[in-house]
Amino acid sequence: MAYGFTTAAYVVAAVLFILSLGGLSGQESAKRAVWYGIVGMALAVLATLYGPGAGLWWLSVALIAGGGVLGWIVAQRVQMTEMPQLVAAMHSLVGLAAVFIGFNTHIEMIRLAGMDEAARAALTGFAATVAHKTGAEITILRIETFLGVFIGAVTFTGSVIAFGKLAGKVDGKAKKLPGGHLLNAGAALLSLVLLVVYLQSGSTLALIVMTLAALFIGYHLIMGIGGADMPVVVSMLNSYSGWAAAAIGFSLSNDLLIVVGALVGSSGAILSYIMCKAMNRSFISVILGGFGNTTGPAMEVTGEQIAIDAEGVAAALNDADSIIIIPGYGMAVAQAQQSVSELTRKLRARGKNVRFAIHPVAGRLPGHMNVLLAEAKVPYDIVLEMDEINEDFPHTDVAIVIGSNDIVNPAAQEDPNSPIAGMPVLECWKAKLVIVSKRGQGTGYSGIENPLFYKENTRMFYGDAKKSIDSLLPLIE
Amino acid sequence: MGVKIGALTEVFPGENRVAMTPDSAMQLAKLGHTACIQAGAGAKAGFTDAAYAAAGVEVLPDAASVIAAADVIVKVRGPDAQELASLQDGQTLISFFWPAQNPELLEAAAKKNLTIVAMDMVPRISRAQKMDALSSMANLAGYRAVIEAANNFGRFFTGQVTAAGKIPPAKVLVVGAGVAGLAAIGASVSLGAVTHAFDVRPEVAEQIESMGANFVFLEFEPTQDGAATGGYAAPSSPEFREKQLAKFRELAPEMDIVITTALIPGRPAPKLWTEDMVRAMKPGSVIVDLAAERGGNCDLTVPDQKIVTDNGVTIIGYTDFPSRMATQASTLYANNIRHMLTDLTPKKDGVILHNMEDDVIRGATVAHMGAVTYPPPPPKVQAIAAAKPKEKPKELTPEERRAQEVAAFKAQTRNQVGLLTIGGGLMLLAGLYAPASFMSHFIVFVLAVFVGFQVIWNVSHSLHTPLMAVTNAISSIIILGALMQIGSGSFLVILLAALSVFMAGINIFGGFMVTRRMLAMFQKS
Repeated sequence: MAYGFTTAAYVVAAVLFILSLGGLSGQESAKRAVWYGIVGMALAVLATLYGPGAGLWWLSVALIAGGGVLGWIVAQRVQMTEMPQLVAAMHSLVGLAAVFIGFNTHIEMIRLAGMDEAARAALTGFAATVAHKTGAEITILRIETFLGVFIGAVTFTGSVIAFGKLAGKVDGKAKKLPGGHLLNAGAALLSLVLLVVYLQSGSTLALIVMTLAALFIGYHLIMGIGGADMPVVVSMLNSYSGWAAAAIGFSLSNDLLIVVGALVGSSGAILSYIMCKAMNRSFISVILGGFGNTTGPAMEVTGEQIAIDAEGVAAALNDADSIIIIPGYGMAVAQAQQSVSELTRKLRARGKNVRFAIHPVAGRLPGHMNVLLAEAKVPYDIVLEMDEINEDFPHTDVAIVIGSNDIVNPAAQEDPNSPIAGMPVLECWKAKLVIVSKRGQGTGYSGIENPLFYKENTRMFYGDAKKSIDSLLPLIE
Repeated sequence: MGVKIGALTEVFPGENRVAMTPDSAMQLAKLGHTACIQAGAGAKAGFTDAAYAAAGVEVLPDAASVIAAADVIVKVRGPDAQELASLQDGQTLISFFWPAQNPELLEAAAKKNLTIVAMDMVPRISRAQKMDALSSMANLAGYRAVIEAANNFGRFFTGQVTAAGKIPPAKVLVVGAGVAGLAAIGASVSLGAVTHAFDVRPEVAEQIESMGANFVFLEFEPTQDGAATGGYAAPSSPEFREKQLAKFRELAPEMDIVITTALIPGRPAPKLWTEDMVRAMKPGSVIVDLAAERGGNCDLTVPDQKIVTDNGVTIIGYTDFPSRMATQASTLYANNIRHMLTDLTPKKDGVILHNMEDDVIRGATVAHMGAVTYPPPPPKVQAIAAAKPKEKPKELTPEERRAQEVAAFKAQTRNQVGLLTIGGGLMLLAGLYAPASFMSHFIVFVLAVFVGFQVIWNVSHSLHTPLMAVTNAISSIIILGALMQIGSGSFLVILLAALSVFMAGINIFGGFMVTRRMLAMFQKS
């Protein structure tokens, strides 16, 4: 009876999870979708606690409650600008959990091997499931355990490094140990050899060595990816954590784990793909890190950067009818979203058409800018995607670029030798006037010179984004 | 002690403008300069001597005393020989000058060791826009041209359907889309007329359309790039001219108002509106010729006069449009002058530094230190980046398009069938070796991957971060594994499982909590 009940609960939970992901297609339905997810999770956990195989349920409940309180506090305290770090940090937890659970399966297998028939028959719970497996099934189980631990370990160190880079604790530049990808390939090959050894012998040592190799791969892989590609990395790690869960699900013969793991895995993979496409880069080249080789010298940038002061910007804004704001990571760094929102409110109150143009890879997380603007109470129906708004720039009076650089770089279209050639960009230079709010004259994350800053209709508004926008506010009439 | 800037009354008949306003004088004071003005200089532009005095400008009784008191003389119109002779040796004069048309005056100025800053020679680069007096005057002229036309045109500009009958909208053709042309287009469109515009430079089509007018398109292979000469039009080839005139002939009977603004620097205005076109126009039509000063774009234009032809077409050949809006024109011109002086006073300390290395100052200075410095060397900064010829996407015939679609469909089918075959093959291979219990889980896995793929494509871009947070929360489903193992007999297993439960617990609550926080922020306007 218990089995039937648990399975039924799992079916309901699986459906709820699918609805939860599907519901994210719109802002309004998304609010409902989260509740689907929460109910699904609660159902799954309760059914498992109640169902076969679980023991020590009071300990489980206490631990969940403890973890829950901690998670709750962290989630309440975190700033919206720190969201990328938080997501990365949480991925690492899932990865580590996968490693632990994989090891547990291994320990159980060893323990069972040492038991006699009578003791086996007396077993209950997870041990019993393992005990009833045939030879071929044990082999499959070993593969699954091995995979689960491998992916989990890669996810763990990878997420920790991603967290470090996003939080600024680790240098964001792409770094590789001498040997580069050969090291990764070597470690992967070693893991493959160890898989064979493990299948033959079930040796603990093989599993531990493989774990170390996988931890190294995760570390080295993410260290080698530059900060500008972090959105892809985070969603890729998200995908990995799903695959790890699915692998663990196989080893535990738990269908819900498999289903949800596969859902998360495939959704993360698609998200990475969408983002790579937005940057016009192949997924492989992002994973391997660094930009592709350029085929010739970059186009000469001629002209001068013309500065403008707050009065000038305010005058231009007061005269403009249509304004498009292009936020980037610089806005997040300066925490300027509230000021930008206030500026938007004032401009809109004067009947001006103010809209936001969001590039798919603006910020450090997919959709990062949307979340920041939403936090600052910018209505989402004036926040538009690149494809929706790119054609409107020629009819726009003023385009304001706040802390973005590569996503508005005309070199992507004009210079075939540019490292970002072919990447779709926001064509803000077609607006009558472009105002670029920027800290200094430096280059963007990718280190590429930006011809936009030298265009005739571009004015540079130097200074910290928040201070710059704040200085504008009293001047808007 | 700063430099004294003096403004003279214009002596040219009918000239109402003045080169200094009380406002600009106050700005000049900020640069450390003092100002003086000839009594009554601003009267015709609506600025009284009292207003100047209130702004701290010394009002002097006549031109001679201003010339005696000031170091720098500012004017609107270029000086005539007499005026030039009255200036002190070594003085600086800032005004329009037209050095190409007035070589004798230029020689005389150089002989007197005058420094002449010609406002009409300011190079057309973006940094110099604020002192580009030609543009600011052209802007006024374009606007005024429409107003004059409206004044002489017996009908509404905008089309109306009234109880008393239907009124068609006026049709306006603007020839030449420079600053004046664009200003005319803007004024005409906002009055409600159906506005067409023509220019020999195809790259301004975008600007014309952005102002709300229709670009009159000419089927012609461009042989030269009109933008190559510093933003001004260049003389066009005879074949092109023929095509252009043919197009105008075709348009002439339809147009109610024609405003011509075509000028080529240093040449007489091109004849674009011929006598037969005027004859073809409807009675009551109006032609405003902004090029009248240089002979006019229209054959019948009489400079400085308004004439009516035998067939009832009014041709306006005034040459003083900016002067007809003297207050506005003076304000703009005085600001142009003030910006020029700002550039000449880089330290804002009242000391004029005539830096001949500066592109703008070099370009505008036509006489300096006793020498003629006209023409200037070409500016270092290109006025307008040469437009790259755009390749037009080839128009596909319906058959070609269909063929392409079929090909694309076939390729897609081939792709999918290929993938399915390979996938199916691998699946069967796995089935041969793997035990049945594994395969049953595998089905679930594959289907779930599929569902994931289908569902995620629909997620809107702006929700990608919440999606990530939700999937992160959901991926803590791994807690189930830990829960199933926590009941094991081995202490080590219990410890590891307990740790996993704890971590997953953080993730579940943290993940969902954060997602809810994010989603709660999204709101409609």
